[in-house]
Amino acid sequence: MSQRAREVLRTGLWTNNAGLVQLLGLCPLLAVSTSFVNGLGLGIATTLVLLASNVTVSVIRDFVRPEIRIPVFVLVIASFVTTVELVMNAWFHELFRVLGIFIPLIVTNCAIIGRAEAFASREPPLLAALDGLAMGMGFTAVLVALGAARELIGQGTLFAGAHMMFGEAARALEWQLLDGGFLLALLPPGAFIGLGLMVALKNLVDARLERRRSASALPAAGGQTAGEAA
Amino acid sequence: MFRAAGILAGFAVFGTLLVAVTWESTAERIAANERAYLLRTLTDVLPEDGYDNPVHEDFITVTDPELLGTDAPVTVYRARERGEPVAVAMTPVAPGGYSGPIKLLVGIRADGTLSGVRVVSHRETPGLGDKIEVERNDWILGFEGRSLGNPPREQWAVRRDDGAFDQFTGATITPRAVVSAVRDALIYFEAHRDELFARRPADGDPPPEAVGIEEDQ
Repeated sequence: MSQRAREVLRTGLWTNNAGLVQLLGLCPLLAVSTSFVNGLGLGIATTLVLLASNVTVSVIRDFVRPEIRIPVFVLVIASFVTTVELVMNAWFHELFRVLGIFIPLIVTNCAIIGRAEAFASREPPLLAALDGLAMGMGFTAVLVALGAARELIGQGTLFAGAHMMFGEAARALEWQLLDGGFLLALLPPGAFIGLGLMVALKNLVDARLERRRSASALPAAGGQTAGEAA
Repeated sequence: MFRAAGILAGFAVFGTLLVAVTWESTAERIAANERAYLLRTLTDVLPEDGYDNPVHEDFITVTDPELLGTDAPVTVYRARERGEPVAVAMTPVAPGGYSGPIKLLVGIRADGTLSGVRVVSHRETPGLGDKIEVERNDWILGFEGRSLGNPPREQWAVRRDDGAFDQFTGATITPRAVVSAVRDALIYFEAHRDELFARRPADGDPPPEAVGIEEDQ
């Protein structure tokens, strides 16, 4: 894998994560992340749209003139969202009922048009596809983590409703840890608090990584010891 | 400029085409899903195996803001055996929910006893009011077999109001709304029984609102 591709992957999954760093698409992120399965469902749907729209925008980037690019992006994204919505309604009907209005609302997720404008309209299709995939997976990871945490704390279960996605066999996965839970986690404030904690955790990890890097880089550069640098 | 317009038009055509093709290839499946869902929900509230007609096709709409809780037409599905009335399933609304109207599906046997009640959609507080969902609590099953005489009409209320039905810890308003909506549906049924079974079925599909999504969030 080339250096550039690795960079794109890391940007989407971590350094410029749509949910934790860009803070884009907060409305669906906060509203749908009440359970693991809901988060995963919306995450996958968003990733599919991101992937398709990034590739399309990248393919057409040379002959769409700048002054009409935004309406063209909107058309492309809206078409893909409607397609994903219809497909979900047909094959994942129960999940579609739960996610409801948030599937069509993917269209308003700024992360999608943001990636079209900032990345896909300047890069070749393959790289744009990778960027869409990485951004989508980064967003999905946040949705799933937040969903799992809120589900576990708020109602004491994990993977509830897994059969809606993976068929009846997945009922065995559904796991009841506690009877009932801490209600706040399921309510809107719980979503904000949870996301806030996740952002803080990411910053903490980044700060620690940064410190370790500078600590190990300095002696190699010669002269000072790590102890003095700290 | 004309070139720009042409490109824009081209994408409009492309988008429409994409959606049209997907719609064409999923429409049948989606319709089947919706029919299956409706049928499953109806089976939940109607007496088991007690009827032989296609219930989801035998429906009428009625309007009674006073007793059915909404100005909009309410769908009434009729179950029959060899043409004889067995039960109805109707979709009244409990207007007094804690955070908005609660849509119900109420099954009533021809003799006026309840064969089942389910919540179709609501916006009640998760963890408190949402115990009216059958997936979360057995409370809603307690309506089965009840009628206007059982308990007596003045006891169709939650315990806090000296009635016969439990409320939830921390949530009285939600069960209160459901209990009175079910009672009103029974009153409506008692007054219109013969008319409900006799009216000719409406043509076409049931209104999309008839049995809506499970939970608005």
